[in-house]
Amino acid sequence: MSEVLVVVDHVDGAVRKPTLELLALAKRLGTPSAVHFGSADSAVVEKLKAFGAEKIYVVDDSEIKGYLVAPKAEALQQLVEKTSPAAVLIVSGYEGKEIAGRLAVKTGSGIITDAVDIEEGGVTTQSVFAGNYSVKSKVTKGTPIITVKPNSAAPEETAGAGEVEEFAATISDSAKKAQIVASQPRKASGRPELTEAAIVVSGGRGTGGDFSAVEGLADALGAAVGASRAAVDSGWMPHSFQVGQTGKVVSPQLYVANGISGAIQHRAGMQTAKTIVAVNKDEEAPIFELVDFGVVGDLQSVLPAATEQIEKRKN
Amino acid sequence: MNIVVCVKYVPDATADRRFESDNTVDRVGVDGLLSELDEYAVEQALQLKEKAGDDTEVTALCIGPEKAVDAVRKALQMGADKGILVSDEAIAGSDYLGTSLVLAEAVKKIAQDIGKTPDIVMCGMASTDASGSVVPAMLAERLDLPQVTFAAVIETQGDQVRIKRDGDTATEVIGATMPIVMSVTDQTGEARYPSFKGIMAAKKKPLETWTLADLGVDAELVGLTAATSAVEEASERPPRTAGEIVTDEDGSGATALTEFLASKKFI
Repeated sequence: MSEVLVVVDHVDGAVRKPTLELLALAKRLGTPSAVHFGSADSAVVEKLKAFGAEKIYVVDDSEIKGYLVAPKAEALQQLVEKTSPAAVLIVSGYEGKEIAGRLAVKTGSGIITDAVDIEEGGVTTQSVFAGNYSVKSKVTKGTPIITVKPNSAAPEETAGAGEVEEFAATISDSAKKAQIVASQPRKASGRPELTEAAIVVSGGRGTGGDFSAVEGLADALGAAVGASRAAVDSGWMPHSFQVGQTGKVVSPQLYVANGISGAIQHRAGMQTAKTIVAVNKDEEAPIFELVDFGVVGDLQSVLPAATEQIEKRKN
Repeated sequence: MNIVVCVKYVPDATADRRFESDNTVDRVGVDGLLSELDEYAVEQALQLKEKAGDDTEVTALCIGPEKAVDAVRKALQMGADKGILVSDEAIAGSDYLGTSLVLAEAVKKIAQDIGKTPDIVMCGMASTDASGSVVPAMLAERLDLPQVTFAAVIETQGDQVRIKRDGDTATEVIGATMPIVMSVTDQTGEARYPSFKGIMAAKKKPLETWTLADLGVDAELVGLTAATSAVEEASERPPRTAGEIVTDEDGSGATALTEFLASKKFI
């Protein structure tokens, strides 16, 4: 079987969960080979191996990490030439999509972005038009380059051979034109990562800027905290918390929207959640059209009371 | 300075967006408009022009059916100096590779006309229909220009540019020297509305329509037949049926909410 290249998404050597999901999807198309940019210590290797990587290409990133996107696409092009893979899988995110785009041009290959599923044979599913349509498509030319949304598959803990191979990529000067001058890692919140979380509790304009009730419920449920664009534009929450068309697109098991009216831009970011719950003072809020359960009421009283009851049930 | 701002004509997100029988997006039967996210790109182009001075020229570039001229006009009304619509039946159904090829060739033709590579090729962070976010990176690849993308804050000094990019796991500062391909997010600030004066002035601004032949692009390289991926099926999801809605009275809402979450095993 052909190799399937899985680009490892990691922060300083900590492999993120979506990479493990990609390894599970890769098994449907061939034998998973992880591509790791940076030095791979034993923790990285063990993790990738445990979740099914048959091979692990380790690419020295001294000429890569200081520049935006282009060098990684160049290194991947060289790996594609070397391995003729059945597909290249990359996590959907700003960087992942841009690497995929450049790699598609370099290799003359078809690209599919934001897949939520990949079947054997390479048919992918995407959720489009704010989740109103489901599209199945397939790459018909070159090496399929597919970016996959987090939470699209369950990681599978079945060990692969995990054979490590150093890969020396040649990075051209022209790939080093956009320099990363500074980088400030996002502060850890102690809560799950928004795009990876099984439960997301969000707040909008209706919070009036006080997110404590939203955060309280999120912590009782072990959830990530999200925010609507209105809440971000008001300066109540940083942009990294924004759920919607121009923020994070989430598809958790449970999405709880509090004080969020449910504009199309917000719906585009959460409509594929399995279960949707809303709390809103306004019974006419469009969000109520898509909920499984809704409470018409003041979130500042409903949420703390619910949080207290949830904590009691947990004990 | 010369800025080319790429604008897309998209089906209105609040209208009933749908697919044609050949599984391409219906771009004619549904009301269209300038993609909301490209308005931010036009705005930033105009702000850079205002900062750099009057000899800066902003060109709005669009690919699409004849109706797509509306997107170019909107950009002109906002303040762009000239507009170009690349329209050709052979382009219909193009994928990202085809679209980025036509855009890149159009930028090259603009470069020929003005005698240099435009200093900035400006794009929105994504289109509101396909939401791929890949075209700016593809353009940078095709034009061999630095890619300065997903800008939340932009700073320029002469031909030097620095942006803040809220990346997936870190906030980064990206630096490059013009000419560049830039994309901007909605964090850069609200886009202006066309003024009455702007709407009147736009009627006199140059607006050209180019075909593939004008660009010297072989029709076989673009369009549905050249597409590198194929949609096999586009199906409308069953609309979510509204679930149970309760009205909170003296704490009943919290109890009902807790019970619902427990019944679904979230607690």
